[in-house]
Amino acid sequence: MFDNVWLIPILPLIGFLINGLLGKKIKNETVIGGIAAGAVLGSFVVSCMTILKLLSLPSTERVAEVKIFSWITSGTFNADVAFLIDPLSCIMIMIVSGVGFLIHLYSIGYMHGEEGFYRYFAYLNLFTFSMFLLVLGNNLLLMFVGWEGVGLCSYLLIGYYFHKKSAGDAGKKAFVMNRVGDFGFLLGLFTLFWYMGSTHNIWTIRFTEMAASSHLLPTGGIVTVITLCFFLGATGKSAQIPLYTWLPDAMEGPTPVSALIHAATMVTAGVYMIARMNYLFIRSPETLTVIAVIGACTALFAATIGTAQNDIKRVLAYSTVSQLGYMFLAMGVGAFGAGIFHLMTHAFFKACLFLGSGAVIHSMHGALHHAHSHDDAQDMRNMGGLKSKMPLTFATFLLATIAIAGIPGFSGFFSKDEILWQAFSNPHHGNLNLLLWGMGAVAAGLTAFYMFRLVFMTFFGECRITPKAKDHLHESPMVIVFPLIVLAGLSVVGGYIGIPKVIGEVVGGIPNYFEHYLSPVFKYSEEYMAEHASAHAGVHNVALEWGLMGTSVLIALIGITIAYTLYVANTGIPARFTAAFPALHRAVYNKWYIDELYDFIIVNPCKAFGQFLWKGFDVVIVDGAVNGVANTVMAFSGLFRLMQTGLLSNYAWSMAFGVVVMLSYFILK
Amino acid sequence: MANLNSYLIISAILFSIGTVGVLTRKNAIVIFMCIELMLNAVNLTFVALSRHLGNLDGQVFVFFIMTVAAAEAAVGLALMISFYNNKESIDVDDVHLMKW
Repeated sequence: MFDNVWLIPILPLIGFLINGLLGKKIKNETVIGGIAAGAVLGSFVVSCMTILKLLSLPSTERVAEVKIFSWITSGTFNADVAFLIDPLSCIMIMIVSGVGFLIHLYSIGYMHGEEGFYRYFAYLNLFTFSMFLLVLGNNLLLMFVGWEGVGLCSYLLIGYYFHKKSAGDAGKKAFVMNRVGDFGFLLGLFTLFWYMGSTHNIWTIRFTEMAASSHLLPTGGIVTVITLCFFLGATGKSAQIPLYTWLPDAMEGPTPVSALIHAATMVTAGVYMIARMNYLFIRSPETLTVIAVIGACTALFAATIGTAQNDIKRVLAYSTVSQLGYMFLAMGVGAFGAGIFHLMTHAFFKACLFLGSGAVIHSMHGALHHAHSHDDAQDMRNMGGLKSKMPLTFATFLLATIAIAGIPGFSGFFSKDEILWQAFSNPHHGNLNLLLWGMGAVAAGLTAFYMFRLVFMTFFGECRITPKAKDHLHESPMVIVFPLIVLAGLSVVGGYIGIPKVIGEVVGGIPNYFEHYLSPVFKYSEEYMAEHASAHAGVHNVALEWGLMGTSVLIALIGITIAYTLYVANTGIPARFTAAFPALHRAVYNKWYIDELYDFIIVNPCKAFGQFLWKGFDVVIVDGAVNGVANTVMAFSGLFRLMQTGLLSNYAWSMAFGVVVMLSYFILK
Repeated sequence: MANLNSYLIISAILFSIGTVGVLTRKNAIVIFMCIELMLNAVNLTFVALSRHLGNLDGQVFVFFIMTVAAAEAAVGLALMISFYNNKESIDVDDVHLMKW
């Protein structure tokens, strides 16, 4: 049925091998970029075929496993390289290959003339390959291979400009923080495998088998431990509190990388993983609470930092952290479908925003370079008035911004409101629901505020660079603008496949296609919730849902109005505000000093401990033991060396003496 | 015919003289001659016992020993000449290059 699905990951792998091994010889940018983008386009075509085939099946039969080869077989343990095709993995491969292809295409224009062009595309293809392994793997171990692979590529691409120390440091930071999370992932994997095996004799890491036997799992207890371990893995990969600080630093990489890896795909791996194992997470109310609270806190916390950043990419980075928080909030309230829906719409509009900011930076950089200015090309304080210079970029950017701000009719509205409503009405958290909804709603307002602040500072008002540089500002080439247009289009219409039920009923009985499509994936969770329905009861009130929807839209509009007032109508206020509350501004501007706090609590003690291990343990004890052995041997050989006089008569005497001794022994015996 | 014991005594005396010479002398040629003396003392023992026992095996051994001694003499004298060329001496105490 899905025989050609192996092509999806293998094409980018071939692209990686060609560009990685021969790219230095090929040199021609069109060929290198063509190979890389073509490989991902091929994956996209096969992905489309796969999802069409899947849709042609009745919804109860939409799951298939395609075994490529046997990977590890050891006793009762078995792991294949096999791909799981179901609605969830199909939606993920569509996002990865679709958005991935557009970003590959964009990169050809953006990376033009860069040293190491081939290296960039090789890494990008390797990343795409790893991401496919992650989302397609039918068992936890194969998923983990992809999980590590994307982490590696993230590290390589953040440190792409490795001659810059900050880029190298950012890469290391991302890698180390991800390792902390991966540690949790592995612990979760081991515990789950051990528990299912030792108590129920089901030794499996395959998702389908785990799902089918999930009714054997208890509620809470060991499942809480397992799911918390997995969630630690998710916080590392998906940049949630407490492991989020690597993501803003990851902006050191080229902008298309930020768009692909640090906005649209890799960072959503944690969300995907939780959705994939929803039947585990639903069984632990404690973990769900932890996820929901951390998600909501991250959404709000990152949004506050985003309001005071001046670097265009950093605003978007904090925005990404914040939106990922929404997705985790959705996971934590058991709205897995809504979380995946937001993952998809976010991939569209955030990729569009990042690529748009890339186009702006590219243009700014060129202009400043021409004018021999050393101003920062990413600092929004240097921008302004780009609306007329880059009309297409501006139009697409504005559409994506409206989408992320949650204005009705755009994709972000549908997904975000679904999450907020579920946060309010879900049966899991009792009194906490109102708080979760409130934090989400305030974060939505802040999102609208900082995104429009970004738009106003960048595209409106007077241009703040020198007139000489200003003349060199220009619209980007078609290869850059085309992906922007496609992504902006998707940001607008992408939401209509998942219209919330209350709206759908009003406008003529349109069902929520997306939720319906994903429901087979979450059927075990739904069965579990149906069994325990008496204990928990959610809120079902149509009028209330409309009211909350209106409230969140109102909050978003207030955010936009404030942004307009502060950055277009009355531009003096922000300066007066910072003057009035210098401490508050400094704290927000410096990201609430979280990095400094981590340095103080974790990094510096670790460094001190490392110093001790080096200077104290390694030099004194390890080296001492090795040198001690050598010195002992030397002392003894120094002693025995005296026997070797080099004088012939001594040897002759000792020989004769030996013969006499031996003879005497035998004779006198 | 003299009896076996007198042959063995003579060969023991010759062997002892050779041994003492090897152990006490420093001149390489003298040491070399002493070794020859020891070898021939052994030869004498072989021949005497061969005759006494009526077995020719001992005499066959003597031929082997003489052959080996001749080869040894050739190699040994060659070594001594080359050593003398280097050191202007054939005193064995000067040959301690193997010492560290």
